[in-house]
Amino acid sequence: MKVGLFIPCYIDQFYPQVGIATLRLLQRLNVDVTFPMEQTCCGQPMANSGFEKLATGCDRNFVRNFADCDAVVGPSGSCVLHLKEHLHDEQHPAEAAHLRDNVYELCEFLTDVLKVEQLPPVRFPHRVGLHTSCHGQRGLGLSSASELMKPKFSKPERLLNMVDGLELITLAHPDECCGFGGTFCVFEEALSAKMGKDRVADHVRHGAEVITGGDMSCLMQLEGTLRRQKSPVRVMHIAEILTADV
Amino acid sequence: METPVRTTHHAEAAAAFLRDEENVDWHNETLWFVRSKRDKAAAVLPEWEDLREQASRIKNHTLSRLDDYLLELEKNAQQNGITVHWASDADEHNRIVLDIMRQHNATQVVKSKSMLTEECHLNPYLLKHGIDVIDTDLGERIVQLRNEPPSHIVLPAIHLKKKHIGDLFHQHLGTDAGATDPQYLTEAARIHLRQKFLLADVAITGVNFAVAETGGFVVCTNEGNADLGAHLAKVHIACMGIEKVIPKGEHLGVFLRLLARSATGQTTTTYSSHFRRPAPGQTMHLVLVDNGRTRQLASPDFRNSLKCIRCGACMNTCPVYRRSGGHSYHTAIAGPIGSILAPNIDMKQYADLPFASTLCGSCTNVCPVKIDIHQQLYKWRQVLGEAGAVDPAKKVGMTGMDFLFSRPGLYRFAGRAGRRLMKLFPSLANNGSLNPWAVHRDMPKPPVQSFRDWYAEQEKK
Repeated sequence: MKVGLFIPCYIDQFYPQVGIATLRLLQRLNVDVTFPMEQTCCGQPMANSGFEKLATGCDRNFVRNFADCDAVVGPSGSCVLHLKEHLHDEQHPAEAAHLRDNVYELCEFLTDVLKVEQLPPVRFPHRVGLHTSCHGQRGLGLSSASELMKPKFSKPERLLNMVDGLELITLAHPDECCGFGGTFCVFEEALSAKMGKDRVADHVRHGAEVITGGDMSCLMQLEGTLRRQKSPVRVMHIAEILTADV
Repeated sequence: METPVRTTHHAEAAAAFLRDEENVDWHNETLWFVRSKRDKAAAVLPEWEDLREQASRIKNHTLSRLDDYLLELEKNAQQNGITVHWASDADEHNRIVLDIMRQHNATQVVKSKSMLTEECHLNPYLLKHGIDVIDTDLGERIVQLRNEPPSHIVLPAIHLKKKHIGDLFHQHLGTDAGATDPQYLTEAARIHLRQKFLLADVAITGVNFAVAETGGFVVCTNEGNADLGAHLAKVHIACMGIEKVIPKGEHLGVFLRLLARSATGQTTTTYSSHFRRPAPGQTMHLVLVDNGRTRQLASPDFRNSLKCIRCGACMNTCPVYRRSGGHSYHTAIAGPIGSILAPNIDMKQYADLPFASTLCGSCTNVCPVKIDIHQQLYKWRQVLGEAGAVDPAKKVGMTGMDFLFSRPGLYRFAGRAGRRLMKLFPSLANNGSLNPWAVHRDMPKPPVQSFRDWYAEQEKK
């Protein structure tokens, strides 16, 4: 299976270490993975702003880059959900449909496709708070949602529990939104910042040394809030923890 | 006493609400407490998710044959002795209500909770025509005395604390200055409202469910104020949106179990009163209102917003609503559901509301009738974008982004240049007046190398 590594634009530019960790994790699990060099963005910023139709060039570029991959894996639930729901290319509809059906968020690729039961030995002796990102959780079904009266599960939690020494903390609000919300974070600045502050406070109050999650955009929001507070609490993408001692 | 028209953009109203952080935290926690009560009430029913599915299907079915069920309702209601009126919009609804008042020479009206009459701005209309209308739901009476609209469809005065009520009642009802004891204040409101009930010529109520096969309707309250009003007055006018009809009485078993549990975590509302026909010597009117609903019905993307049973669960769970308050939505129905209903009424005036969300999806999951609220928020954004109802600067920005992202070489260059600029001038990137992000948050530290630059280097090795 040929896997295309999808590194969302803001991870590429601001968090290269997350891309590196994702690549190394997949390689350690013997995945045949390549990074198409001309990829850019999933198109979500335009679409969520009400201009889905303006994202056609962006969509086409994505299809061009990944069309020959059997599967696409990205370390961001939100971008992956957007692709799954909205990737279109009028000139290459079959390729776009194939990609919509075969794009995976990193955690679900590990638990559902690779069916990972055990990770290559990795140790991370810290108290960790898992931020459950909404699009991954409610959109992709990576974990159960507190609103639904259905059996509880969490794919990211399952993976974190495979890490030696890692202690997951319990939060008061396990699935409250962080307030990032794409362009919401600037157009509703005051509200977005307050949501970020509240989310961080829940983790800090329950003793997190590190906050992790599967969506770097939410983590960027939490990191920006923590750094402004000069907090010692660190933010790491789940791929970085799962490859902590590489 | 006219309700002021608010045109403030949601973001500005939210920012104003957020200035009192202690109050925001209290508001947030109060509504979360209601959400938690809903969770407990739902969790004890093993069939909860099946009930939601069933309710959704009944509503979908009803909407697919709305015309038939409305005519059946009309016919059966008329046979029961109820006078049925049809209103195409808010103005017609208000005129019909006023005409009924005039026929009865009525000047005093008591009204129990009805979001439809809020939507139609009935109160200011009646007051303008010399009719004294008193809201009898305690929360609604409180906001009426404050000359402001309800901030929540189930908990109209949830934005206020005991102290506010004490001051308000001291001013209007003559209670002791500084009193905050809920029992004392409620007793004062009770005495005040009792006089209004006794004097009223007409009682207006809302309708939670109208049953096509019986021609009757059900009104749910916790205070019994709808019953007291309707039983004492000579004339009962019940006002309903046309989407409130359900086919059969047996379907009430599904909806009544979901409504109160979703709204407040109660097993059922204290009063779920069934009205079938006028009592001897009384007259009963049922006003069926469209006001944009048939337009919504004609739209496949937005049709199922008409399934709403007005429980308010989407407001209680919404992380945006909890921190911005109901008034920030400047519409009769606030929160996520209001944000998908309001643009159908006036696209320009409410263009900000579908953007007052992070699309987290919690609203869709709590909704007892499974309205895909967050998906409709996304779809409204597209409609507004195409209709030119979104800030033109945003459109320019998004066109630019697509230009950039469809040109990988340009993207690579811009990324490199941007990171270098951030490194050279970190104070610019973190300046809140240039970059809204940075008012309360730090920007990420720009790395020397992007992922793709690193990857290209590795490939060369």
